[in-house]
Amino acid sequence: MAAQASFIGQKNKKEQVYTDPWHMMNEAARTPSFFTGSEVIKEAVRRASCDIMVAYPITPQSEAAALCGELFAEGYIGDYFRGESEFAVMSQCAGAAFGGARVFTTTAGPGTMRAMENFPMWAGARLPIQMIVTCRGINSPLSIQPDTLEIAYLMQTGMLVWHAETAQDFYDWILKGYMVSEEPDVHLPLALCCDGFFVTHTKDMVDLTPVDMCLPPYDPYRSPVPCMDMECPPVRMMRDPFVMKSNYISYATHASWQQEVWAAVERSRKHTIRWMDGLIDTENADADVIVVASGTAVSQSREAIAILEDEGIQVGLVKVKTLRPWPGEEIREATKHAKHIIVPEFNVIGWLAREVRSTVQNNERVHAGPHVCGGMTMPPEIIAAEIKTVLGVKAPSLAGRGG
Amino acid sequence: MSKERIQIAEELFDIMPAEYQDLVKRATYGNEQRGWKDIGNAKELIEEHSLCAGCPESMAFRYILASLPNPEDTVMVGSTGCTSLVFPHVAVHNIHSLFGNQNAIASGLKRALTVRFPDRHKDVVVLAGDGATVDIGLDMTLQAWFRQEKFTTICFDNELYANTGGQESGLMQKGFVAKMAPVGKTFEKVRLPEIARESGCHYVVNCTVSKPNLIEKVIKNAVHIAREIGPTYLQLYTPCILEIGKNSMEGLQEMRDSEKPTERFAYKEYVSEPAKELLAELAAKEKERKAEAKRQLAGQSA
Repeated sequence: MAAQASFIGQKNKKEQVYTDPWHMMNEAARTPSFFTGSEVIKEAVRRASCDIMVAYPITPQSEAAALCGELFAEGYIGDYFRGESEFAVMSQCAGAAFGGARVFTTTAGPGTMRAMENFPMWAGARLPIQMIVTCRGINSPLSIQPDTLEIAYLMQTGMLVWHAETAQDFYDWILKGYMVSEEPDVHLPLALCCDGFFVTHTKDMVDLTPVDMCLPPYDPYRSPVPCMDMECPPVRMMRDPFVMKSNYISYATHASWQQEVWAAVERSRKHTIRWMDGLIDTENADADVIVVASGTAVSQSREAIAILEDEGIQVGLVKVKTLRPWPGEEIREATKHAKHIIVPEFNVIGWLAREVRSTVQNNERVHAGPHVCGGMTMPPEIIAAEIKTVLGVKAPSLAGRGG
Repeated sequence: MSKERIQIAEELFDIMPAEYQDLVKRATYGNEQRGWKDIGNAKELIEEHSLCAGCPESMAFRYILASLPNPEDTVMVGSTGCTSLVFPHVAVHNIHSLFGNQNAIASGLKRALTVRFPDRHKDVVVLAGDGATVDIGLDMTLQAWFRQEKFTTICFDNELYANTGGQESGLMQKGFVAKMAPVGKTFEKVRLPEIARESGCHYVVNCTVSKPNLIEKVIKNAVHIAREIGPTYLQLYTPCILEIGKNSMEGLQEMRDSEKPTERFAYKEYVSEPAKELLAELAAKEKERKAEAKRQLAGQSA
């Protein structure tokens, strides 16, 4: 930390002051601004002291990636280029992170899947790359809308996975994300997910931190593994590569290293709670019915809860902010009195419901759904109808369901 | 440029591994004239390896590591395959990440090092097999060249997938019968050196590793040109003696047979105009250095 602290108060070449991140995020004056989610990404990156960004065009993240190119042209990013595919881009990001750079990239849906081989490698190599995932459908038929299926895969990679609801979340979490993922006891990549289009392409009021403040630069020598820059001694890493052996040492090494990656995910919990004020937010958690949701399903659920409240039905809400680390204890606590737990999702498999089911006691209380597929919109009415069905309250027929 | 960064604290010197002590005392870091003739006299950057007995790849590794002009500021990038069994023994930082993505890793790495160390040379050298370079990684190999990324790509061409047991690769000769080519490979060996030239490489060499002095020269040229001008490519024949049915002592002869003027590894070289100018400058400096050394020697003896 000493090396980073020594930058605080100095100016970068754009005359931004390297600022204590806690002060910058929690105390400095904010300016309300009316921006699209993509523009918000640009404004966060402008203040993030990134060394390298690698871009590849895919809807809906293309606009954000291109806007970051403008930041490079203005001198806010060390280097920027377009890679040849998402697989290559994520490897280029890895190379830059191995070389000690703070790295930023973005992807979506099919691009996430194409790049997938890289993500467990990032985590295993302890590269604190930040990747924005603007979710998009991945299965056939083709969709460019925000289906969240890809998050199910990302959750198994060893990366930190956060799911933003709003553009404001997005802005704050990009900057806070580096602070958490670069901690020496964490030092893992972060997949910062949002529901594409709903967040990236709509305008919202966002409170921005001062434009003349930025994060202190990344210090690669706080990494728990050596930075590949030949600035520290090149040890002969092992007597024999582990791939060649099925002996005790190889078993022990693989087991301990892979468990260490997941232990690092767990260790991120304390930093994340501090920076994000908890892994979940709750509203009206005493109600008999609780909706557990992440991403824009939270916003839609809030609308549904308002509709039901008008009809005299009380429903609580749990907003899940981080998926890795998984807020299991928090969700158990928040839902312990609930008779019904409703989990609406923008994907067909219901990965959030599976996680919740594996977490809570008496998990027959968990109702997976409603689900919308291919990134189609989820009207609050279908969430309200689902809740009424669960409660045995007769719901009026919804359009399209027949009379 | 020196061994400053690898020094051991005096109090701890005696408890460090013998080979690390040796690295500090006898490695050729910082010696700009280092080369293959140091092998056996100085601490090598690779000593042991986990390849088959007599594997020409092990010779190639030793020549290359002895010839890197700036090992104390060189980072190597490998890929999955026989080479990835050697890299853990190598005393320069090296990265193995995935199979085939080596030139993408190197692109990000080189740019990061350039951003972080704008006033110093940090060389990046990729070393991967032919499957990684020409088959699964071809896209990233070529795209790095199109983008004029400033690092050297070395392909150890053994004309098949050696590490997985001898399957057909794009660099295999037409007609060769191998696993996954049960009736013989049906298409020609991919002409990557020519493709490299057309893709923007400034220095391309196709040869065997039978002659250490030649390898020293092409490695130094390739690294210097990559550092100053743009991408360079070396395709080195390192036959897999196991998979072509040779014995441990027959690797060298196999290379000599394959580099005859009419054979596929006859020495071929392409040097771009800017690279020619750079090499001429470097040769002139070397000549001046030698003349100066000679003058000093004459002065001393006079």
